[in-house]
Amino acid sequence: MQPIVQVKNLSKQYKNIKAVDALSFTVQEGDVYGFLGQNGAGKSTTIRMLLTLINPTAGDIELFGMKLHANRNKVLRNVGAVIEKPDVYKYLSAYKNLKLFAHMSKVHPSDKQLMQQLDMVGLKERAHDKVSTYSQGMKQRLGIAIALIHDPQLIILDEPTNGLDPQGIADIRNLILHLSREMKKTLLVSSHLLNEMEQVATRLLIIDKGKKLVEGATAELFDPAQTLIELETTNNKEAIDLIAGSAWQKGLPQQRSNKIYIRMHRDDIPDFNAWLVERNIRLVSLQPRHSLEDYFLQITSGTQHVAAFTN
Amino acid sequence: MWQLLQIELYKIFRRPRTYIAFGATAVLITLLQFGLKVDGQEYADFMLQSLGNFDVQGKLLNGYMVCYLVLQLMLVHVPLLVTLISADMLSGEANIGTLRLALSKPYSRASVVLAKFFATCVYTLLLLIWVAVLALFVSMLVFGTNDLFLMKSEYIVLIKENDVFWRYCCAFGFAFVSLVTVASIGFFLSAFAENSIGPIVTTMSIIILFTVLGTLNIPMFDAINPYLFTSHMVIWKEFFDEKVTANNEAIAGTIQDLPAIFHSLLVLLAYIVVMIGATIFVMNKKDILS
Amino acid sequence: MKYKLKLFIILFTVHCSLFTHAQDVTALINKAKEKLDRVNDYIAAGVLTIDVAFIKAPTSKVTVYYKKPDHFKMVNNGGISILPKGGISINMGALINTDNFTALDAGEAVVNNIKTKVVKLLPNDQNSNVVLSTLYIDESNFLIYKAVTTTLENGTYELDMTYGKYADYGLPDKVNFSFNAKDYKLPKGLTLDFDENTKSPATDSLKEKKGKVEINYSSYTINKGVDDAVFKTN
Repeated sequence: MQPIVQVKNLSKQYKNIKAVDALSFTVQEGDVYGFLGQNGAGKSTTIRMLLTLINPTAGDIELFGMKLHANRNKVLRNVGAVIEKPDVYKYLSAYKNLKLFAHMSKVHPSDKQLMQQLDMVGLKERAHDKVSTYSQGMKQRLGIAIALIHDPQLIILDEPTNGLDPQGIADIRNLILHLSREMKKTLLVSSHLLNEMEQVATRLLIIDKGKKLVEGATAELFDPAQTLIELETTNNKEAIDLIAGSAWQKGLPQQRSNKIYIRMHRDDIPDFNAWLVERNIRLVSLQPRHSLEDYFLQITSGTQHVAAFTN
Repeated sequence: MWQLLQIELYKIFRRPRTYIAFGATAVLITLLQFGLKVDGQEYADFMLQSLGNFDVQGKLLNGYMVCYLVLQLMLVHVPLLVTLISADMLSGEANIGTLRLALSKPYSRASVVLAKFFATCVYTLLLLIWVAVLALFVSMLVFGTNDLFLMKSEYIVLIKENDVFWRYCCAFGFAFVSLVTVASIGFFLSAFAENSIGPIVTTMSIIILFTVLGTLNIPMFDAINPYLFTSHMVIWKEFFDEKVTANNEAIAGTIQDLPAIFHSLLVLLAYIVVMIGATIFVMNKKDILS
Repeated sequence: MKYKLKLFIILFTVHCSLFTHAQDVTALINKAKEKLDRVNDYIAAGVLTIDVAFIKAPTSKVTVYYKKPDHFKMVNNGGISILPKGGISINMGALINTDNFTALDAGEAVVNNIKTKVVKLLPNDQNSNVVLSTLYIDESNFLIYKAVTTTLENGTYELDMTYGKYADYGLPDKVNFSFNAKDYKLPKGLTLDFDENTKSPATDSLKEKKGKVEINYSSYTINKGVDDAVFKTN
């Protein structure tokens, strides 16, 4: 299977800031590729480099097996994108905006096709109203309609749920699943909300300060065998010494501030708890981190710990 | 390219801002015409006082003269109005966020930039035609036509009625190049900004500054005068200056200083080429962060 | 300029009737005056050419009206024309009405290949604006071919006449006025040439200070009556 997106050692250096630092990843056909990171992690810069909006300082980008910059126009015909806010011409209607951007994508859909597209994103009724009267959610949906109008193979959505209410977020989630499953599109979706990605992404890439932290299939990242335990005891030092001299050592215990982190299979937690109690270690708290979201929050607030985790 | 140009024109003419210039010129020209209709004879008489022992007979305040007066006054205003659109072409889209979408489409940046520039030129042309209709044709209708009597600060030119219209055609053609020069400067500046106020104000300031520098007649500035586009924009007036015979008799159908017109035309065209070339260069290098 | 024209007529009609000391010169002037007296009025069609450094104008067709004793008017035929001004600003009155100037024989001279008698007229009135007039008169036909007048205020004027088929009436086919053209300059604020660099008119001929107005008469309609109304309005 041919990779749709192949990024190798991509870097972007601004004067004093390395926005993207030797980033490599691959998006395969059919992926819903979740691109995670906090605000300012370098997601948007990377996406803009994929769309030729930002010139990379170093590295290679290939889309559909072609060098991006050498085949720019050919490649971009096959890419649809919503970049950050779905900004369109507010003094035009959704219909006119859609038509205009379709032409810019070198396709000339019929009126019927345009209306169908607007219907798909639920804007049919308001198709001829000026966009200035639209809610944020409607604009977002129009942005997606624009991204899809030329039937691209790759769809890039940059923070598509930003500023949306829960219903809007759910709508976008369903739309992404629809595009992936029914329309067989490849999607690259960036977000700073892991739980959103967790529900739609087939693969996840987490970056921080422009660097890749972790990348893998969503199912693997949520592997119960890799559950992270956050532990607080009345005597952390004694506890960590005990753990280090035991079979639990393979869980790579780490102490950070007043917490101990250790990995183990989810099923081993009761035994571990009993083992601690047997050794008179009194627990203040013990929390398994099931969801990648907690994990995500931690790693993006302390790379040191993550490095330990991903070792 | 044609497709892009159509899109750009569509966008320009769907925006309310576009019509500000058309409205403003209409109001301004109409006011001037009204003023001249009411009070123009006094102005003419006042001017004639300086003629000493000469009398001028005939209808001085005719459509041709009104158009000339209007154009002289509009010389500062129309470029400012052109700036409103041209300096907004790139920065305005950066501001509303559509630039990033437009530039991620399968058209090269150069072609997007050129399409926008040509659309600006079309807008400028239409504005100029509008001005021509109002200032020339309406004046001709309202004031009638006659010979064109012009009092310049150093001398007087009298052009026969049947020798005037083609001069206006040429002058408007020249004015088009002048306005496109202004547009190209606004356009260039708009490549650097993410809202249109900055480039609009900067372009206007440049026009005003250059005009003032060109008008001051201070020897210090004489050296730079030939390089100021504003000094060349006023050369349209040369179309209304005739050659004379050895006996100082005006020769119909002649232009006093045609080489000066061509020279200015070349300077203005050079400005345009440099500005647009620079815009494409800047845009190609630019990271679109808006 | 117009003044010149007028001067020309006045010189004919008035100078000739003056008391003079040089009898032969006085007689000559009287003869010339007699000739002119045969014209009560005329309407003339002509072409006016202005040769002034600061005026770039094409020729214009004009109609000239005259009626005794001193009514004179020039009107353009359509379009716009720059014409010598109607009112005479220098004080001709003294010369015309006081009858007190002195005619002197100043010898002979050749004007346009024609031998003429030179007559100098000196005003007796100390306050006269006219300082000196010099007439060049052909003694054979009593036609004035040239007149030079020096005034206090307006410098020196010169008239050159060429005669043809209306010579019997003393009316020239062509009149050429030369005068010192005043400087012309308008403030840029008035001409709206804010932006125009100061430049002198480009051709060399434009730089001459001397102004000329030439009228070529194609026809005269003599003594057929001219309505006074012609002279009244602008």
